[in-house]
Amino acid sequence: MSEPGFAMPRPGPAAANGAPEPEPAGPEPLAPDDTVELSEEHQAQRLSQMLDEFDREFIGLAPVKARVREIAALLLVDRLRQRYGLTSSRPSLHMCFTGSPGTGKTTVATHMGALLHELGYLRKGQLVSVTRDDLVGQYVGHTAPKTKEVLKRAMGGVLLIDEAYYLYRPENERDYGQEAIEILLQFMEANREDLVVILAGYADRMDVFFRSNPGMASRVAHHIDFPDFTLDELMQIADLMLDREQYRLSPAAETAFREYVDLRMHQPRFANARSIRNAIDRMRLRQARRLVAAGGRIGREDLMSISDADVRASRVFNADPEGRPPDRRAAAGTG
Amino acid sequence: MRITQGTFSYLPDLTDEEISAQIQYAVDQGWAVAVEFTDDPHPRNVLWDMWGLPMFDIADAAAGMHEVTACRLAYPEHYVRVTAYDASLGRQTTALSFIVNRPASEPGFRLDRQEADDRRIRYSLHAYAAERPSGERYLSNGAGHGG
Repeated sequence: MSEPGFAMPRPGPAAANGAPEPEPAGPEPLAPDDTVELSEEHQAQRLSQMLDEFDREFIGLAPVKARVREIAALLLVDRLRQRYGLTSSRPSLHMCFTGSPGTGKTTVATHMGALLHELGYLRKGQLVSVTRDDLVGQYVGHTAPKTKEVLKRAMGGVLLIDEAYYLYRPENERDYGQEAIEILLQFMEANREDLVVILAGYADRMDVFFRSNPGMASRVAHHIDFPDFTLDELMQIADLMLDREQYRLSPAAETAFREYVDLRMHQPRFANARSIRNAIDRMRLRQARRLVAAGGRIGREDLMSISDADVRASRVFNADPEGRPPDRRAAAGTG
Repeated sequence: MRITQGTFSYLPDLTDEEISAQIQYAVDQGWAVAVEFTDDPHPRNVLWDMWGLPMFDIADAAAGMHEVTACRLAYPEHYVRVTAYDASLGRQTTALSFIVNRPASEPGFRLDRQEADDRRIRYSLHAYAAERPSGERYLSNGAGHGG
């Protein structure tokens, strides 16, 4: 270690407080009295394009879209600030998605990785989706390496922890989940630049989880609640799904399906977009059965169109208010 | 005496950024990156201690740097190297290996001659650092290593 230029970087406080890392060479720096036209910024244009795409792809979800726009704007402003030589610390982007089943938490998280990569916040933007058993070990000393392994895999991208509240089991104080949470917390704090952690789950249970892990709540900067879809939004989603599957509802079927969704929404175990997807899958089954049973010559149009009979055959239409299907209701009535 | 083992060892020591770029290259090639350490400087010592398991499915060099930093902190006065293993059929070997940490002072080697039968001479390398037990080599100033 004779010449400083040739030396290996040493660990310890000297390395940490050493010379600042050189900023990556971006567009030319700006003088203090310069002004820029925000809409003409190359990044701003690409950004609004991406956000429009995001808006088109997801129906409803106003609070989510608002927050994504805020984050995108902040990253853009930060980059401009850098060009003026102002300080801009990297914001912490750990998020928590809460909402009812089927409101698109996982889908949005998947897109978040790509979006943040495009924004230049993440280097890779890959999504690593895990649940409790990917993080928590089975015996003493197993949890830490397992959790670290997952975290390393997610570095440079997004780590999505689905149903994060299962990590914490208050009824068992020897549960290894607590250990996983501690490692997670420490890693989230120390590697903020390299990793975005998204916790997803149902709102009420997430509240309990955060109440018992206050450190986690404060380290997650963005708490985003996914609202339930309205009837119109659900119909739009259905249109999108049918379009993607290259099916078409006849006008009569369209009315029938609207009735169906309205009824289904007020029944128990309604899972928003997921229920719609399941309903569409069942309609496809009934359409296929109808076509095969009818026989004869059929064309492209027949294969694509779903008739109102396919919709109305659903047992949702004659279920009682408690949501029991008619056959079981009859059984309950007699026995 | 500066130990030269592995790739880049005749270059000035790599900075963290350069190490990170090399790890990213290895990751992009689909190689498994591992961190290893030792305090035995002998050139024929090829099997170093492993720092954790090789990282098989990382996407970003930050994960590799995380382990390099952790290993350096735990063993600041050891040699630490990064190896990248290419598992593709037909190669199945270490594709890249370079030193990322070395002791502050490296006392070097002594050449030992041994008189064998028929006045033959056998040579061997004796690392001054290896005079101390493993784990105590390369402590602070390297005092006590005669030369």
